[in-house]
Amino acid sequence: MSFFLEVLIGGLLAGVMYSLVALGFVLIYKASGVFNFAQGAMVFFAALTFTGLQEAWQLPLWLAFVLTLGVMVGVGIATERVVLRPLVNQPQITLFMATIGLAFFIEGVAQLVWGTNIRRLDLGLQDEPIEAVMERFNLLVSKFDLVAALVAGALVTVLAVFFNKTRIGRALRAVADDHQAALAVGIPLKQIWAIVWSVAGFVALVAGLLWGARNGVQFALTFVALKALPVLILGGFESILGAIVGGLIIGAAEKLAEVYLGQYVGGGIEGWFAYALALLFLLIRPEGLFGERHIDRV
Amino acid sequence: MFYREAGQFKTSYATDQQIFPIRQDRIAMAVLLAVAFVAVPLAASPYWLTAILIPFLTFSLAAIGLNILTGYAGQLSLGSAAFMAVGAVAAYNFEARVPGMPLLGSFVLGGLTAAGVGVLFGLPSLRIKGFYLAVATLAAQFFIPWLLVKVSWFSNDSTSGAISTQPLEIAGWLADTPTEKYLLVLTIVAVMALVAKNLIRSATGRAWMAVRDMDVAAEVIGIRIVRTKLTAFAVSSFYCGVAGALYAFANLGSVQPEDFNLDLSFRILFMIIVGGVGSMAGSFLGAAFITLLPIALDLLLTDGAAAIGLALPPGVASMAQLVVFGALIIFFLIVEPHGLARLWQIGKEKARLWPFPY
Amino acid sequence: MAPQRHIGDVMLSLEHISLAFGGVKALTDIGFDVRDGEIRAIIGPNGAGKSSMLNIINGVYQPTEGRIVFEGREYRRMDPHRAASMGIARTFQNIALFKGMSVLDNIMTGRNLKMRSGLLAQALYVGPNRREELVHREKVEHIIDFLQIESVRKTPVGRLPYGVQKRVELARALAAEPRLLLLDEPMAGMNLEEKQDMCRFILDVNDEFGTTIVLIEHDMGVVMDISDRVVVLDYGRKIGDGPPDEVRSNQAVVDAYLGVAH
Repeated sequence: MSFFLEVLIGGLLAGVMYSLVALGFVLIYKASGVFNFAQGAMVFFAALTFTGLQEAWQLPLWLAFVLTLGVMVGVGIATERVVLRPLVNQPQITLFMATIGLAFFIEGVAQLVWGTNIRRLDLGLQDEPIEAVMERFNLLVSKFDLVAALVAGALVTVLAVFFNKTRIGRALRAVADDHQAALAVGIPLKQIWAIVWSVAGFVALVAGLLWGARNGVQFALTFVALKALPVLILGGFESILGAIVGGLIIGAAEKLAEVYLGQYVGGGIEGWFAYALALLFLLIRPEGLFGERHIDRV
Repeated sequence: MFYREAGQFKTSYATDQQIFPIRQDRIAMAVLLAVAFVAVPLAASPYWLTAILIPFLTFSLAAIGLNILTGYAGQLSLGSAAFMAVGAVAAYNFEARVPGMPLLGSFVLGGLTAAGVGVLFGLPSLRIKGFYLAVATLAAQFFIPWLLVKVSWFSNDSTSGAISTQPLEIAGWLADTPTEKYLLVLTIVAVMALVAKNLIRSATGRAWMAVRDMDVAAEVIGIRIVRTKLTAFAVSSFYCGVAGALYAFANLGSVQPEDFNLDLSFRILFMIIVGGVGSMAGSFLGAAFITLLPIALDLLLTDGAAAIGLALPPGVASMAQLVVFGALIIFFLIVEPHGLARLWQIGKEKARLWPFPY
Repeated sequence: MAPQRHIGDVMLSLEHISLAFGGVKALTDIGFDVRDGEIRAIIGPNGAGKSSMLNIINGVYQPTEGRIVFEGREYRRMDPHRAASMGIARTFQNIALFKGMSVLDNIMTGRNLKMRSGLLAQALYVGPNRREELVHREKVEHIIDFLQIESVRKTPVGRLPYGVQKRVELARALAAEPRLLLLDEPMAGMNLEEKQDMCRFILDVNDEFGTTIVLIEHDMGVVMDISDRVVVLDYGRKIGDGPPDEVRSNQAVVDAYLGVAH
């Protein structure tokens, strides 16, 4: 039983990290209707820039963070200007394909600038069991996982509040609903989009730091985004809450499946299990857990 | 020579329904086929044949497959490579396990197997659209190669997972030189391209495009959405499957599911974006472009660097390739969403009016 | 009206139709019938539920309550494919053409239900399929002639002006040789000349092919001129039904259109 709990908790904590990446997708989708496939590349780019800056000039963590944040905001704004603004009013699929191109571009540039070596990212957190929990409940819970989950949870909460309670948040939702109408009531569309892409860059940075510290900063970080996609399908593309719950479900189910199911099929199922789960779910509820159902008017 | 259609009157609907209603286009096509079938085998070096022309033709076929699904039927797929893998592995197994199986029979059966798997993974398209579906096809991309590796029966229980393909032998004729392989691939691709064009100009193709452009209206005039979408998945996967078999048998000489990864799927998607979504010619143009680009870029960078006395660190060329691919995709989507095929079309229209601007 | 027009028995009747989206009631207990060969108009202010009514007739929406009787057979609900195969065709309020296809291909899709060639015959484009394509092409060319859109037959519909697109959409519906034609605001957004053309086409279709027509229209002049009977909806309820003259003098209808202090 305690083993089951360990797996479950480990899965849930990893799930929060998925939520964090999924959140970047949801933010941009809500505000501009773009499904940003390049989010994973942005995570990779952020982590690589952070470690690169840190190593090059021996910067303290906070300074490297601030500088990288500046770079990511720049990347976000540049993306909005160069890629998405010329494609306004194009079909969503076109925008989606453009972000696939963007992903390739960012991945290439990141490695041209910083090289292809795997880098270590040390945030001063150890991946070791928390002793108190170990003694009290006899459960192995990683300190790193817990802190990462707390950070992710805090970020998600802040963004949820920002989106739902502030004036900018309301403007964002209006923009997501109808560009033209939002423009007509005087919402400054371009600034809003710039803000969203900056925030997405910020989320990518946090995700990049956490994932990078855990797995090393390497090309495989871009695959984290591929993990976030089933989370989105499960949770619905438009729901912050969905990203969180979806992440938890996927994280837990994936770990449990790998441990209890993997042995029967020869392992390695984490590559697709989340997708299979999401797909099954889609057949039951195509708009996701918290997605909005639209009525087609003809 | 003038590119004019003036004076070419059509007296029946049959002549108006031809693939190339304009005489000059028919002549150009005949010349192109003659060059491909006669001049190229005589002139091309083995390097050109194996490194450029055979891959180009193979990818053209895969691009046609994806274009049927995405360009004509409007269902975005990121799993083309997975269906290619199914075709390759199935063709290998039919050839290996059925005694006396002719090679082309294995290819067709491989394609049909891929079609079946394609329909299975196309089922979600009945409930979901757009990038929800794109993400669903990623499931195929991750699951299928995994399954093909895990179940050792598929690779004939070979320990390494890599298996060599059987020789390309058709009715006693063994295609083992680059030229012979090229001719075999060319013939298959040419026939299948014609078949695809026929489907597209018939009721099936119109149903695909109708569903792509406006599914509610399509349903209202009596087009069965379910059947139309699944047919698109089946035909598209058949093409990808045969392309996969050709890739394994005529390009690589081995079947390794790992070769059919997400990267290959993206590459094929790029071919149709650059070449032209919803265009047969675009499939070929895009495949040519994406096949040639890395080679050209590599030459340019290595030679360019050598010319100024620099040795490039390893990996720079492949990174530069990512950057150029990415930039090109964005460029085409913004500037010419209909790709090279549209540019070609515009060129032809200009030629029709030349030397007058209007 | 031309004397040879023959209006027959009831072809379609809608009984106690209600439709709700979530909690919002779009239609409440509506009943009316359509006779074979007549031109039946549905009018009413915006949001009265006119388009919803058409959507129920050809199965795009499923009624929450009520039933549909078409040619003596009773249906709890329609589905679009069955409606199409029974000979119900329609056009849409916001043009629903296939933007990426040529005019010719758009109209050819209207004949899809009548084409029988299998996938393999189409792939090879030989024999029966080739002949079938040509037979249908000829029928389609008749419709193209009839609606006077010969000059644009190879043009992608996206490039055509609005009025012509409306005509192409009518052509596509006609290509199915429908027994019942549903037209959702066929004249919306047209100038006077285009309206006159469209009116003539509608009357000709009704006259020459005997097609029964149900149309939604805002232009009262047009409705009163060309329709045999009129149904009036307001806030999802039926408030009037009868010949144009009778409806025009109906107090409830006048109130609905001019507004009245309740």
